[in-house]
Amino acid sequence: MNDKPSPRITSDTASFWARCNEGVLSFQRCTGCGQAQFYPGTICRSCQCDTLEWEDAAGHGELHSFTIVHRAPTPAFRGDVPYIVALVDMAEGFRMMANVVEAGPDEMRIGLPVRVVFEQRGADGQQIPQVTPRR
Amino acid sequence: MTSNPVISGAFDTAVGKLEGSSCLGLHAQAALGAVTDAGLELADVDGLLCAYSMAESYPMLSSVVAEYLGLKPGFEAAVSVGGATAAVLVMQAAALVRAGTCRHVLVVTGDNRLTGMSRDGAVAALAGFGHPQFEQIYGMTIPAAYALVARRFMHERGLTCEQLAAVAVTTRKHASRHPNAQMRELITIEDVLASRPIAEPLRLLDCCLISDGAAAVVVSAGETARDLPNPTVEILGCGQGHTHEHIVVAPSLTEFGCHASAAQAFGAAGLSPRDVDVAEIYDSFTITLIVELESMGFFEPGEAGAAAAAGALDLGGRLPCNTHGGLLSYGHSGAAGGMFHAVEAVRQLRGTADDRQVENARTAFVHGDGGVLSAHCSIVLGRS
Repeated sequence: MNDKPSPRITSDTASFWARCNEGVLSFQRCTGCGQAQFYPGTICRSCQCDTLEWEDAAGHGELHSFTIVHRAPTPAFRGDVPYIVALVDMAEGFRMMANVVEAGPDEMRIGLPVRVVFEQRGADGQQIPQVTPRR
Repeated sequence: MTSNPVISGAFDTAVGKLEGSSCLGLHAQAALGAVTDAGLELADVDGLLCAYSMAESYPMLSSVVAEYLGLKPGFEAAVSVGGATAAVLVMQAAALVRAGTCRHVLVVTGDNRLTGMSRDGAVAALAGFGHPQFEQIYGMTIPAAYALVARRFMHERGLTCEQLAAVAVTTRKHASRHPNAQMRELITIEDVLASRPIAEPLRLLDCCLISDGAAAVVVSAGETARDLPNPTVEILGCGQGHTHEHIVVAPSLTEFGCHASAAQAFGAAGLSPRDVDVAEIYDSFTITLIVELESMGFFEPGEAGAAAAAGALDLGGRLPCNTHGGLLSYGHSGAAGGMFHAVEAVRQLRGTADDRQVENARTAFVHGDGGVLSAHCSIVLGRS
């Protein structure tokens, strides 16, 4: 357990976070234009229609970019420095942010294959998606 | 006589660590300074545009500033688009005078971000630009978000850490010529590369300052210019471009809304990047400036870094850029950070920039970037 923040869940995102607690990363896909969407919302950012459906992701992706953070934003993250923040392109065609966990800065490179793992946060034990190198 | 709106007055307060300063006191100082510089009195101002404050947060800052100044404007609004705000406010003021809604719009920005909230407090508050559910939970900071851009930009366009460092070195050289700049001591490429890492590949000297300070301009209807005592600066064209707020949603990490905003501003002015004598472009990080310079057409893709390293951004270079020292070395106090760029452009076009004057500067370019290269506003200015 740690005091790093738990997401402030809204009605837009409740089913996403509930699915995380079941160990599954989900995303929305627009039934109108077929675009995968992340983070979730009520309308499609590509075609503005409101017929988005939830899909489960396989949890595989690769690093689009990454940074090694030495200056934490708040005391909760200070014990983790240096830690890795990455943008991850998932196989289903959406991009998400995550920490690359159980990995060293020297392993990091753009294109590195990763898989999703979950990390428990906060008093309510919310699971949040993270990634780790696919070895 | 021009029909274009003009900037009739410009003023900035001291910047840096201003013990005893307040957000509203800084606003008042900048407001009165700009109005006086325009040869006007506060009672002549019929429009008021403000930004936001982090040190003293008010839900209705323009009403609070009007109240503090004893001003009862016919039009007021507060705008919040991060670092793009100052340029957006100037664009909005120009639209108000062009429409005949106002004759003289006071545009004032400021914050006591250093003494009012501490460096730790500012870093934590700025991280609030990240998405609360999908970015902040990963300990993303604003430097980290720009570092993600930097890493990708290096990968795609061959940019190097040394080239980024050259931006910081040149910007500091500019600041050394400005008596009011917060950081004036010259630095070397080696100094930048040896400074402590913040979010790799960005190091401390790749990052902007945190400052107290304020700046204001008065935007006036073109037909009023002949009655004003000081030279006015013509607003030749403005433009905006927006692609996202959160970096996780940015459609690209190499091309941003600055491409559209600059194209629109140059189109309205009937000019191109080649016509610009001096550029004052938002430089929250060294990477910010490199991305913008390439995206806005001042340099070809992959060439801005090498150009910076070869001195292109210095006085006498191909594009003297951030001649006051920018956010990297002059100062950065919230929305006023972007307004310092506008004030410097006015000084350059009036020929009053002293040791840092670009010889015979006739056309200037001002650009603001808010969020993580999210919201962009460009302005082309000309000597009246």
